[in-house]
Amino acid sequence: MRANTCGWNSRQTTCWSCAIKPVIIHDGYLTTKPHLYGRGALLVGLAFLWMGVFLFAPLAGLSALAFASRGEYGGVEWTFTWENLSRLAGHDEFGFSWNHLLILWRSVVLAAVTTVLCLLIGFPMAFWIAARPAAARPLLLALVMVPSCVNLVIRTYAWQQFLGSQMPAAWVAQHLGLVPDGASLYPTVTAVYLGMVSAMLPFTVLPLYTSVERLDWSLVEAARDLHAGRLRTFRHGILAQCMPGLLAATILTFIPSLGMFVISDMLGGAKFLLVGNLIQQQFGSMNNWPFGATAGLFLVIASLFALWGLRIVSEREAGRR
Amino acid sequence: MLVTPTDSRPLDLAISGIDKSFGPVQVLRGLSIDIPDGQFVTLLGPSGCGKTTLLRIIAGFELPDRGQVRLGGTDLLALPAHKRPVNTVFQSYALFPHLRVEDNVAFGLKSRRVPAAETTRRVREAMETMRILELARRYPHELSGGQRQRVALARALVNEPEVLLLDEPMSALDAKLRKEVQGELKRIQRQYEITFILVTHDQDEAIAVSDRILIMQEGSIAQDGTPEEVYERPVSRFVAEFMGSANLIPARCPGTPVAVCGFGALHLPAPAPWSQGHLAIRPEDIEVREAEPAVNGVRGLISERLFRGDHWELLIRVGEGTSLRVMTEPDQQHHEGQHVWLELPPDDLLVLRD
Amino acid sequence: MTLPRWVPAVSWLGMTLLYLPLLAVAVLSFNSTRYGQSWGGFTVDWYARMVSNEAILSAAWNSLVLGVISTVLATVLGTLLAIGLNRRPWPRWFKRGSDLAINLPVVTPDIILAIALVGAFAVLREWSAAFKPGMTTLIIAHTTFQISFVTLVVSSRLTTIGKDQVEAARDLYANTGQIWLRVLLPQLMPGIIAGALLAFTISLDDFVVSFFVTGPEATTLPLLIYASVRRGVTPEIHALSTVIVVGTMLAIIAVTWIQAARTAKPQE
Repeated sequence: MRANTCGWNSRQTTCWSCAIKPVIIHDGYLTTKPHLYGRGALLVGLAFLWMGVFLFAPLAGLSALAFASRGEYGGVEWTFTWENLSRLAGHDEFGFSWNHLLILWRSVVLAAVTTVLCLLIGFPMAFWIAARPAAARPLLLALVMVPSCVNLVIRTYAWQQFLGSQMPAAWVAQHLGLVPDGASLYPTVTAVYLGMVSAMLPFTVLPLYTSVERLDWSLVEAARDLHAGRLRTFRHGILAQCMPGLLAATILTFIPSLGMFVISDMLGGAKFLLVGNLIQQQFGSMNNWPFGATAGLFLVIASLFALWGLRIVSEREAGRR
Repeated sequence: MLVTPTDSRPLDLAISGIDKSFGPVQVLRGLSIDIPDGQFVTLLGPSGCGKTTLLRIIAGFELPDRGQVRLGGTDLLALPAHKRPVNTVFQSYALFPHLRVEDNVAFGLKSRRVPAAETTRRVREAMETMRILELARRYPHELSGGQRQRVALARALVNEPEVLLLDEPMSALDAKLRKEVQGELKRIQRQYEITFILVTHDQDEAIAVSDRILIMQEGSIAQDGTPEEVYERPVSRFVAEFMGSANLIPARCPGTPVAVCGFGALHLPAPAPWSQGHLAIRPEDIEVREAEPAVNGVRGLISERLFRGDHWELLIRVGEGTSLRVMTEPDQQHHEGQHVWLELPPDDLLVLRD
Repeated sequence: MTLPRWVPAVSWLGMTLLYLPLLAVAVLSFNSTRYGQSWGGFTVDWYARMVSNEAILSAAWNSLVLGVISTVLATVLGTLLAIGLNRRPWPRWFKRGSDLAINLPVVTPDIILAIALVGAFAVLREWSAAFKPGMTTLIIAHTTFQISFVTLVVSSRLTTIGKDQVEAARDLYANTGQIWLRVLLPQLMPGIIAGALLAFTISLDDFVVSFFVTGPEATTLPLLIYASVRRGVTPEIHALSTVIVVGTMLAIIAVTWIQAARTAKPQE
């Protein structure tokens, strides 16, 4: 069977493809595979070419870079070496030091604790918003979203201001003797956590809210009906149903937290280094791109690990249901 | 609004030798049908039998692996869907949500660049026929299911196609609405004299509207006939079971006009063509008797009795594990647990193909 | 449903965490003391100074130009990508791979994207001087991560529209051009605009990628604020920040209100 009109151009001619290739139907018009996929490839190819050149190829290059050596004056020498990895693990030219491992550990702990805190605050918030009258809910959600759309730098330096030595918060802490007189509340670990939690909270609340909104309260009633204690009711009635939102919230909070460096930079001071800061240094002042790439690789792998772990949990939950 | 054929010969749809496979699954096997102009045909069958695929082939959304579809003399398969004088009413109606009802209905005419004045006139008439004129300025999401269906019909009919295809159009409607729409479809088909091809899995629907029913089974035609023929004289076990009208009796026939089944021997008008197969008899043909009948008498126990408004439906156990459904007049008094005699008149016993 | 008493309390705590610092900055923007934080008296001086501040205006202009150009590029590329992916029967492996490729910039931490781009530009610089750090690299960088967002939004809209309508239009004698013009594009436009707005917002807000990729002359607002913080914050920055926060608030509330109004149209 041959198409006697060329389906993809409006001229009623038969091109080479229509002449020799079998006709297929797509969305009701007659065409051939070369026509169909050729045009499709053009549409798709532009964007993929762009992203390939500027993103995918460099990412691949980075993975390779992690195993390259640093040149004399800061360039890159493409000789294979394990040096970067071992340096990250603590062995550098001065012997073993916990420095880098501490940085990695600190990043993971920070991300994990931030996530937990955000969940502890965000979950009740989601419920509270869901319990408001229907007209108020979009407004409340918008209010939660607004800070996340404001620049991270602004939000973080706002904390610097708020925790400044002459502001009310520091004044209270000074009078309570928690900090010496005249000191501000940053740079401290507490400040970093305040900054992190307030930065990531919107990303936790919104996915949690979508789950909470869809909650089937009859199941909760059923659990209570069967004389389940408050904790059991919560676990089986509420938590089980909110799993998808919970998992999404965890992913959306944990993974970005891993890569943060702005907040720790501005609120944690020079001693409080995270992976992000490390990467920033290597690509900046230290000019050691291979080592920076290695740190970056750690970050990527940690993120993938988190994604994979959460995927397993979600599949287990889905299977259970 | 009558369809006037462009030449004096009516446009018959001739489908021959259609094969279609999707990957390893063969959906249509050597299907051939001739549909004369103006007939209301229903393709009836369970899901997966290929009826929707055949419809899509006629509409132009699938190409068969082999075979031909001709309308009048024209080879339809050489035409893309938008050049075929065929319109479809989709199961989901597929109305354009961003257009008002009147723009939806006018869509096909505008595509063919029919002049504005004529478009307005024809759209108006179509909406009047389908009684949706007052909905003209509304959007699809403001309509109920029944209203949307009427819009979908108007949108198709306004183009005066040679063939109208309907894909399970009433599956989304409730029972009462369905009856109404069935009547309307019949009326419209008569009025427009267009060939209608309806696809459904509901046998009551098929019987209600069609001139002709094609029962499809796994890609081929199991039976082709009028609603009466298909209902009263199913030719095969599949058809009998699908139409759900008859009792199926497995039996053996050694070559004489007597069939041996689980509860006795039954006389037939003629020997069956098989040694092992099925007989069928409709519930209304089985008679309940006081005493043993002369021919084909069966003793049974009434296990269930249901009142159906204009008749009683009795489920009578005969032999081990076999039950027959019998219909009786509403004034007949029986009770469950009663033993009765049944007569299965030989002339009403249908010998099925298998 | 009745919530335990501590739930509203925790919720207010959360809200406070989100807004308290921003409020502090807003208050300080009206503080007439130039250095330090002791209250000197109410003034709107800093707002006036902000508007005439060369550096701020230049950075704002850069942010705007960058945002518009990168958004246009990303919207075009992303929309074409979404259309190409959605409207062809690609084999499964291709669809899976494409999904992965599109989602990659979304799940990857900012800083990794940043160093990848830095690497890319370093290599490309060998080939052409156009890739030295500056506005060009900024635009390219922003476009690169915006494409995914546009594609995701437009794709989801295309999926919502579904296959049936295209077949119905085809059944009603429309050729491909007419299907695009009269059925697909009218319904796709809101998605394209939404994608473009999302991309624009992301570009305006971006700090990390811009930080790594930019050059000396091309400062954007976020970068300017960061540099100020490092040097010592001036109250004009407080004023600028407050303006940005309020502007964002108004924009989001407006969008929410419009969306709420649209979904409140009479249903059956």
